Amino acid sequence: MDGFPILSALTYVPLVGAAIIFFWPKASPQAARWVALGASLVSLVLSLVMLAGFDTSASGMQFVERFEWLPALGVSYHFGVDGISVLLIVLSTLLTTIAIVASWSSIQHRVREYMITMLLLETGMLGVFVSLDLFLFYIFWEVMLIPMALLIGVWGSANRIYAAVKFFLYTLAGSLLMLVGIIALYQSYFEQTGIRTLDVLQLQQGNYGYTFQMWVFAAFFIAFAIKVPMWPFHTWLPDAHVEAPTAGSVLLAGVLLKMGGYGLLRFNLPLFPDAARDWAPVIMVLSVIGIIYGALVALVQPDLKKLVAYSSVSHMGFVTLGIFAFNAQGLYGAMIVMLSHGLVTSALFLCVGVIYDRGHTRLISRFGGLATNMPVYASFLGLFTFASLGLPGLSGFVGEFLSILGAFRAERAAGVIAFLVVIFSAWYMLWMFQRVAWQRAPGEPPDANDPEAKLAADEPRPVMGGAEHGDDVIDPRTFRDVTWREAMTLAPLAVLSIWMGVYPQWFMNFLRTALELVAKPFGGIGF
Amino acid sequence: MANWLFLIPLAPLAAAVINFLFGRWYIRDRAHWLAILGVAAAFVLSVAAFAQVAGDGEAISQHLYTWIPAGDFQIPVALTVDQLTAVMLVVVTGVGLLVHIYSVGYMHGDPGFYRFFSYLPLFVFSMLMLVLANNYLLLFVFWEAVGLCSFLLIGFWYRRRSAAQAAKKAFVVNRVGDFGFGLGVMLIFVNLGTLEYTGVFEGVASLPQGTVTLIALLLFTGAIGKSAQIPLFVWLPDAMEGPTPVSALIHAATMVTAGIFMVARSWAIFAASPDAMLVVAIIGAATAFVAATIGLTQYDIKKVIAYSTVSQLGYMAFALGVGAWAAAIFHLMTHAFFKGLLFLGAGSVIHGMHDEQDMRHMGGLKKYMPVTYWTFLIGAAANAGIVPFAGFWSKDEIIVGAWVGGRPIIAIVGLIAALFTSLYMFRVVFLTFHGEERFDRHHVKPHESPAVMTIPLLILSAGAVLAGFVGFPPENGAFHHFLEPVFSGHGAEAHHVSTATTLTFGAISTVIALAGLGLAYAAYIRGSLNPATIAARLGPLYQLAYRRWYFDEIYETVIVHPLYRLSVWLWRVVDVQIIDGTVNGVAALVSFTAQRWRRVQTGLVANYALAIALGTVIIVGVYLIVGSNLFQ
Amino acid sequence: MSELTANHFLVLSAALFIIGMMGVLTRRNVLVIFMCVELMFNAVNVSFIGFAWEQNSLVGQTFALFIIAVAAAEAVVGLGIIMALSRRLDTVDIDKVRELRE
Repeated sequence: MDGFPILSALTYVPLVGAAIIFFWPKASPQAARWVALGASLVSLVLSLVMLAGFDTSASGMQFVERFEWLPALGVSYHFGVDGISVLLIVLSTLLTTIAIVASWSSIQHRVREYMITMLLLETGMLGVFVSLDLFLFYIFWEVMLIPMALLIGVWGSANRIYAAVKFFLYTLAGSLLMLVGIIALYQSYFEQTGIRTLDVLQLQQGNYGYTFQMWVFAAFFIAFAIKVPMWPFHTWLPDAHVEAPTAGSVLLAGVLLKMGGYGLLRFNLPLFPDAARDWAPVIMVLSVIGIIYGALVALVQPDLKKLVAYSSVSHMGFVTLGIFAFNAQGLYGAMIVMLSHGLVTSALFLCVGVIYDRGHTRLISRFGGLATNMPVYASFLGLFTFASLGLPGLSGFVGEFLSILGAFRAERAAGVIAFLVVIFSAWYMLWMFQRVAWQRAPGEPPDANDPEAKLAADEPRPVMGGAEHGDDVIDPRTFRDVTWREAMTLAPLAVLSIWMGVYPQWFMNFLRTALELVAKPFGGIGF
Repeated sequence: MANWLFLIPLAPLAAAVINFLFGRWYIRDRAHWLAILGVAAAFVLSVAAFAQVAGDGEAISQHLYTWIPAGDFQIPVALTVDQLTAVMLVVVTGVGLLVHIYSVGYMHGDPGFYRFFSYLPLFVFSMLMLVLANNYLLLFVFWEAVGLCSFLLIGFWYRRRSAAQAAKKAFVVNRVGDFGFGLGVMLIFVNLGTLEYTGVFEGVASLPQGTVTLIALLLFTGAIGKSAQIPLFVWLPDAMEGPTPVSALIHAATMVTAGIFMVARSWAIFAASPDAMLVVAIIGAATAFVAATIGLTQYDIKKVIAYSTVSQLGYMAFALGVGAWAAAIFHLMTHAFFKGLLFLGAGSVIHGMHDEQDMRHMGGLKKYMPVTYWTFLIGAAANAGIVPFAGFWSKDEIIVGAWVGGRPIIAIVGLIAALFTSLYMFRVVFLTFHGEERFDRHHVKPHESPAVMTIPLLILSAGAVLAGFVGFPPENGAFHHFLEPVFSGHGAEAHHVSTATTLTFGAISTVIALAGLGLAYAAYIRGSLNPATIAARLGPLYQLAYRRWYFDEIYETVIVHPLYRLSVWLWRVVDVQIIDGTVNGVAALVSFTAQRWRRVQTGLVANYALAIALGTVIIVGVYLIVGSNLFQ
Repeated sequence: MSELTANHFLVLSAALFIIGMMGVLTRRNVLVIFMCVELMFNAVNVSFIGFAWEQNSLVGQTFALFIIAVAAAEAVVGLGIIMALSRRLDTVDIDKVRELRE
């Protein structure tokens, strides 16, 4: 085990897979799928091996690989993981594998290119989580951007170009600010010590002036806030999700959004603790606005994917809320929310994908009564609905409660207002579930012996945006239940979601030492 | 220590999981065996736990594992059984077992049979964990979990829109209560650094009065939601959309009493705050009264019983509010028997009448279904507080408790509500079982239910007759002695109740209950009072009660509609126009500027050359004029 | 007065350069423009030679030689482009060739 560069291996295996497909021009679509699945599985297995070898009691980075790369510039090739990144890496490898399986039959044109894109995306995502050198980090950060924009722009639905460009420009604007911040940091450290370095751990040793911290913090923060996405930088998200193919939405929600939270924990807090403390009130206010705003807007979405997208805005608000509470509960909460959101929201997008493949619409009003002919599907949808609305015993509750508790401890009002979301999240998720899985298909007459046949009044609900995808009439009664392949994509997420809800301790053990380190500059409250 | 405690909730959980996973394809219509087995095992173990607690007089507990270890926020999954929990365990598993058996007949032939016998044991599991928890967060967890089961079972016939709506409404309204409950839990942790009952109750004394009151009120908000008190009771009547056994178990006997249980469990917090106690008492009394008035006017047999449940929960709440803890739990227990019985009886009627629930289409059923009639009559008598049935003892004790607790007005409200209770209960009995047969005799052939349904009725009616005697003599019965270790210490004050007071109130209650019976008899059997005329005479008052005091309409116009409008505004205006408008505006500005600048690209080489030449001249000129010292 | 100074070279150089530049800016025939560019090259060469003469150094002359060599290479490429242009578009009028427009 010792000496084997497992982090490099798991990061570059997908790249190798992409190269194989690329240099094998005669590969059939089926062959491309298998190669992609194989590469992502190898990466998944490697990440699990890494997880098994991870020492939860040790503090600091593990599996470190480090050598000089461009010594003149102070650039090193530095990989390493701690408790914060290790779980996110496994989440990424798992979700990529699931995403590849999920697009097995729903992607039918340009399959080779699609699989290459997916694998490049995976390398980019993993690189972001393992890099400990800002130069490498920035490269992977940008590498990941292009395949995602391509996924949306090439394999998306009707309005895909607009969404892809919007996604790309939004993120790029943020990352350019981050680049400026990186250069400023590099320069400042050089002026202090005479050492040129971009090593994150080394840069953390620096002493940065207050004004400098405030500005550079803001530069990094905006990059990550766009990624999270935080209100009011969130508007790329609904568009990107709605247009992206199912697998794109899964990775976007499951992994890409996590990079925002990860960046805040890895860079903003350790590098600029003074600025973090002074920016915290602003960020908490924005988080609380995002939480409530996302939930309220989700309440009136006619489109399934938009509903889930706005619920993401709401959920990811807990991440920033928890982080900037600076206490144990808040930090644990933020991390658990990230992991849980990665599982649950991805699963919800997969669920949307299942019925989109059958009905080619995402309008909630087109569906109904799916529990009758798709019982297995309805069970999965119900499970993830409740996980998303924060039912205790499933993954959503632990993170949200801890995050709110952390906020409540730091600032009463923030916790109280954020907690209001338990009402709204139940409202919009159950409204969706009721419309999609329960009741009857649109236009289906009531059962003969149903006492309700007499009652016709619809629920009071203002008319909102109608058909955005044409008025094609579908009959949900003809949908067949989930196939084995679809079930295989949903089942692992369901199991993990229950596990995380029932035994969150397992996940929290990984986080303990890393989060203690993060909280140290802030007094380590609550540890 | 008791290492077997975890088996109590595990047995029904295992049944639920197995039925859910394999029910559809393998177990199908045999699902009830596993469910009944699981609940029966839980019942036997509960009785064992009860016996052990009764024998030793000490609480037993088991620590399973640490659930959330977030720094100093350490939440264990730990079970504990003291006297209060022991009572709840036996009630939950006992009534639960009978309802399971009853459901075999009631749900026979339903396509969702296996689903039903998966959800119902899941509920029993959640409810058991709720009462077994040893800390507030675990209580909160299963508080929500029973809400989930309630959601699934109310929406069991999910193809009906009304059922689906009712399920969602129940969950969301409960979440409003949970909002308060959750905040209360957080406030406890932030102030005391622990959530375990023992630690919290010891720490309460050290907290300032205002904080304790706030904690108590926030906790009570949860109880308002779960136990259907004013102003959040609106979900419970709608919850009758679920199958009747569900109404009996969840929405009468057990889940809705979780709020009462929680307040009784937290009595040390409430006892430390007289202000909070007053609020609890007022809300409880108001609920008892309002729900009773609504119950007088409804025609759906299940709705009347549902409002009766709300009203009885109000009694329990005001018992808590006046510090009559044991009386509240006593009433909770007797209520579980007689209200479970009433619902199952109503279910038997509905079953025998082919899904008819409107009492205007019933009447004269006594001769078709004698077992149902007699058992229902016992339940009604118990609910109405007729001597010597169970409800008389517990309700009387609550009213006495209010009187001697220094809340005479609340005691009087309780007495008035008791008159209404008796009236609406016998109204149901007379309209359903007596009088002329108002159903279509060609199509509806009423019949008695099978034994699997009537035997649980008989057992429950035995409970409804006898359960009151464990609390005899009033204030000093075996039941009170059993619960004494729970409700003592921490400033518990015992009111001495003289025998004279007890007898006086017993007499008043009896007179009132009989008056209600007499009124119902006069109105619905003899016809010497015409209900329609009275209703017309009361006019707006009758309408107020008939329309359920307009709670639903008020929520609809004051909260739901404005919230939807706000959401649409946030989406259509703030999100699309303002935020996205800004983003797209920036893009449009860049694009506009670029469109202007592209004109520079004429394609004429001469222009480019000229630009180069002029540029050079300007640069060199600037250099010469501004001076070469620019670069020094 | 009759002494030869660097100024003489520079005046000549500037005159040649401006003539060349005016030619580039005003003429429309590609060939003429091309010749004017050559003229500007040589104007620069003259100033290099002038400085070399004044400083009595070989550096300027070396530069001039390099420039002549580069100009020869550039002339080949330039004439090639002009040939291709005239073949393709059938014109040597620079105003008619607006391929760079937008």
